[in-house]
Amino acid sequence: MKHLIDPLDLSVEEIAELLDVASDIEKNPQKYAEVCRGKKLATLFYEPSTRTRLSFEAAMLNLGGSILGFSSADSSSASKGESVADTIRVVSCYADICAMRHPKEGAPKVASAYAGIPVINAGDGGHQHPTQTLTDLLTIRSLKGRLDHLTIGLCGDLKFGRTVHSLIKSLARYSDIRFVLISPEELRVPDYIREEVLRAKNIPFVEVERMEEVLPELDILYMTRVQRERFFNEEDYVRLKDSYILDRQKLSLASKEMFILHPLPRVNEISTEVDNDPRAAYFKQAQYGVYVRMALILKLLGLEVD
Amino acid sequence: MLNVDSLNKGVVIDHIHAGKAMEIYRYLNLDRLDCSVAIIKNARSHKMGRKDIIKIDENIDINLDVLGFIDPDITVNIINEGGLIEKRKLKLPEQVINVIKCKNPRCITSVEQEIQHIFKLADAEKGVYRCIYCEQEHQRK
Repeated sequence: MKHLIDPLDLSVEEIAELLDVASDIEKNPQKYAEVCRGKKLATLFYEPSTRTRLSFEAAMLNLGGSILGFSSADSSSASKGESVADTIRVVSCYADICAMRHPKEGAPKVASAYAGIPVINAGDGGHQHPTQTLTDLLTIRSLKGRLDHLTIGLCGDLKFGRTVHSLIKSLARYSDIRFVLISPEELRVPDYIREEVLRAKNIPFVEVERMEEVLPELDILYMTRVQRERFFNEEDYVRLKDSYILDRQKLSLASKEMFILHPLPRVNEISTEVDNDPRAAYFKQAQYGVYVRMALILKLLGLEVD
Repeated sequence: MLNVDSLNKGVVIDHIHAGKAMEIYRYLNLDRLDCSVAIIKNARSHKMGRKDIIKIDENIDINLDVLGFIDPDITVNIINEGGLIEKRKLKLPEQVINVIKCKNPRCITSVEQEIQHIFKLADAEKGVYRCIYCEQEHQRK
């Protein structure tokens, strides 16, 4: 039984195969429209996440399958005190595959140990969100045509942002990747990412406070939200907040070949005036998220389309 | 110098860092044994200055993974008929099960009752262990 709990559960080769299928789905969606007829996806969302849940459900519906599930712990047996291990054993009798979102770190891993069906981690607290990482990889590969030889800028909250950590760990497996880490001092990447991933693998990186100085050299700019409550004092927030808002003026410094990604939801870190720029790829990224989840469901169910 | 009788048959856990013997006594559940167990604290040692030693008057199965996790420099001597028959060297185990608990309040192990607490060796050089569920590093005292 194959599950997806951590983005690194998949080898570079497996990711390449998965992204190939996702790209084929993008080109020939009708070929895949009936593949999952009669199959059911259970979405077990112990905390609300409308975007991720709808993306999974859209993916299964696009494949001709059906969906069932719950969208908060209140409407599930967890409110009666049922363990994750028991819930998944029961759900295994109802569905063919499941996507689990849980506020506790490691909950989907526990589920995978007891499940009779493949388990996909749809986000476990601040820990992992592998299908977001696959979405990011598919978006980068589709837009740039490759996952190596890239300068990747990551901007905003690099300390608490799990999507950033997973993306760094995943891209670190490709050759000639360089990272430009743009954040206030207080929100820099955690030490373990700097030491155990970047320095341990001799991956070039720089850490800067202002995006203006590095924008011209980037192939990808991955934006994240800087949250006011993460700052230790108001003074720092006021001083730095505008540096992390991408507007048309800043974007004029960037290469014409650069693309802007964002895991969404956006608040104000990307000005809406940027939305119509051909480099703004964050809504397209949401579409790629559906394709990659479709490819993942097929892979985990062992279904192939000629 | 304190005199503790030498064993005819049993196990000697030697080269324990001074002060760690009671911790090992608890981890190995030696309180459950009916045989004689001697704990020698702060014994003089050429190599370590001071060390602790535990002598167990019976040949029991020692959980070497637990000992290796606590301190891979410990040596375990198996004694039979008054002589040393085996000297076991320890190493950091690849994983430890239900020896330590994850202290991360956001970890699923903090709420899920029936699961085992499993830590994997993440960095052999630095002896870093991480919870397999949340990947939080185990902080040694």
